[in-house]
Amino acid sequence: MSGADRPIVRVEGLVRNYQLGEVTVHALRGVDLTVYPGEFIAIMGASGSGKSTFMNLVGCLDRPTRGRYLLDGEDVSGLEGDRLAAIRNRKIGFVFQGFNLLPRTTALENVELPLLYGGVGASERHRRSLECLRAVGLAGREHHQPTQLSGGQQQRVAIARALVNNPALVMADEPTGNLDSRTSLEVMDLLQDLNSRGMTIVLVTHEPDISRFASRIVRFRDGRVAEDAAHDPLSAHQVLLAMPPESDDDTAT
Amino acid sequence: MDTLVLVRVAARSLAQRKLRSFLAALGLVVGVASVVTMVSAGQAAKAQVSRQIEGLGTNLLLVTPGAVVGSGVRSGAGGKLNLSLTDVEAIRGDCPSAAVACPTVRASVPLAYANRNWSAMIQGCSPEYLQIRSWSLASGAPFGAEAVRSASKVCLLGQAVAERLFPDEDAVGKSVRIRKLIFRVLGVLEEKGQSASGQDQDDIVLAPFTTVQRAIRGVTYIDSILVSAVAPDRIEAAREEIQAVLRRRHKLASGGPDDFTVRSQSELGEMANQAASIMTLLLGGIASVSLLVGGIGIMNIMLVTVTERTREIGVRMAVGARGRDIMLQFLAEAVTICLLGGLPGAALGWLGAAGVASSFGWPMVLEAKSFALALGFSTATGVFFGIYPAWRASRLDPVEALRYE
Repeated sequence: MSGADRPIVRVEGLVRNYQLGEVTVHALRGVDLTVYPGEFIAIMGASGSGKSTFMNLVGCLDRPTRGRYLLDGEDVSGLEGDRLAAIRNRKIGFVFQGFNLLPRTTALENVELPLLYGGVGASERHRRSLECLRAVGLAGREHHQPTQLSGGQQQRVAIARALVNNPALVMADEPTGNLDSRTSLEVMDLLQDLNSRGMTIVLVTHEPDISRFASRIVRFRDGRVAEDAAHDPLSAHQVLLAMPPESDDDTAT
Repeated sequence: MDTLVLVRVAARSLAQRKLRSFLAALGLVVGVASVVTMVSAGQAAKAQVSRQIEGLGTNLLLVTPGAVVGSGVRSGAGGKLNLSLTDVEAIRGDCPSAAVACPTVRASVPLAYANRNWSAMIQGCSPEYLQIRSWSLASGAPFGAEAVRSASKVCLLGQAVAERLFPDEDAVGKSVRIRKLIFRVLGVLEEKGQSASGQDQDDIVLAPFTTVQRAIRGVTYIDSILVSAVAPDRIEAAREEIQAVLRRRHKLASGGPDDFTVRSQSELGEMANQAASIMTLLLGGIASVSLLVGGIGIMNIMLVTVTERTREIGVRMAVGARGRDIMLQFLAEAVTICLLGGLPGAALGWLGAAGVASSFGWPMVLEAKSFALALGFSTATGVFFGIYPAWRASRLDPVEALRYE
């Protein structure tokens, strides 16, 4: 990948403690990590390893107790609520395990949501959202509500929503957790496709099957980075092609 | 986010919970309806009062015997019989601010014509009375100074009296019996309606005061003097002049209390208006209790809504909604429910007020103001009771909200 000079994410000595009554929980105990543009990085770890906390901090949903966080060159570690919201709006796209689409709201309106808060005008909002829905293969479903879409389609809407603001970084938190294996592969294929066009993706997962599609794997243990290694990614597209068509679909290759 | 989007989002979210929104709005319908009914009915009552005060006459001053002590309590209650015709003449002569003055003497008398009889107040007065009271005749002609001088047995009938005694014939020129005396009817007065104190002003007979003094009451004094000032801004001057003239005529020592009372129309109006205002305030206060209850319902429903939609709030925050955006969204929702309830409530309330006014015969004025008031009340209720739930929503932590099941 090109342009490896300025990192998208640079964290130094990131610490996050929670106060649960009398007890202090050390969720992150000093994490250093750098993510360069165009990387597809998988964050792995058991529950309690700190990967979710890390993801919340990198996603600007939470603030570190100590340490520095530069997102796309901007120090965001000390920002308060509304400034963080603006950063999330402009720089980060979220894809969640549970899709998290607004119920009884069309696919198009769901995708428009970040633009709405970004103050983009109606016609521009419309145009860009339609474009993103087309890009994730949902042309013609713009006016379907989440309940009228399959799980895979819902996750595609969520991905379109993550992309619509042209973010510097897409955060995908267990994006295949609620999907069957074939649909999971399709979603991973889509993410790989986006990555091949230069989008930086941080994937949080506990499934080794999913992390093999990333180009770098970071393992968390006890609030620290235990392992950080480049990885030769498997092509989701190839795996899909190798699958028997309309398979009975209980073995995930 | 622009207002249009806010309203659309609010409307959709309300449409998703139709029954609940309807019930919450219903509370506002009742609340706003009762406030609008009470306030509009109060305004109508006030309009009626000022109409009656105006009907009393123009720039009117009333002189009665007895002094005012303290805050309007009259000592002797008119028991002092110290006003006379010469007092009237002195006012006419020596008070430049008084345009006309008219002595009055009253008595309650039985009336009869053919086989019908009735009982009414007979008001003895001079010809100026009609001018002072801005009262005109429906038919016939008034009596003149000559009738007063000669104490003629002539009279003018009020509408109510004319209807009782002459239901299907013209009263003018007929003779009625008052006590044992025969009076000739010179004319019939125009309808005047109720007075501020609720009396039927048309249930009256006017006659020369000399006739009433001698033939009916058998007295030489007069009950009161009606004075009309030359202009509204001369009423106070007229009062001072009257006081000076009467004090001199009654030979009162300077510094001592008056042995008479001069009250102006504006004072009478003020008293009645004040009573109507207090009534309006009281009724409005009682009605706003139901608005308060409606508002608490809104607050309750908004708190439930915020809790139910914690996850949605989390998603909105994740994609960039600021606290302010979330707050505005829920505030818009609360205000929308309130307006949905408030507008039909205002219409209903106005109908109610119109019903109250028509049953009492008050003038009902459809004012844009009362609708603006209802609109304002609804919005204020929405903001007041919606702000806490909206604030709670805006203060949610995005991480917690996204994790909420």
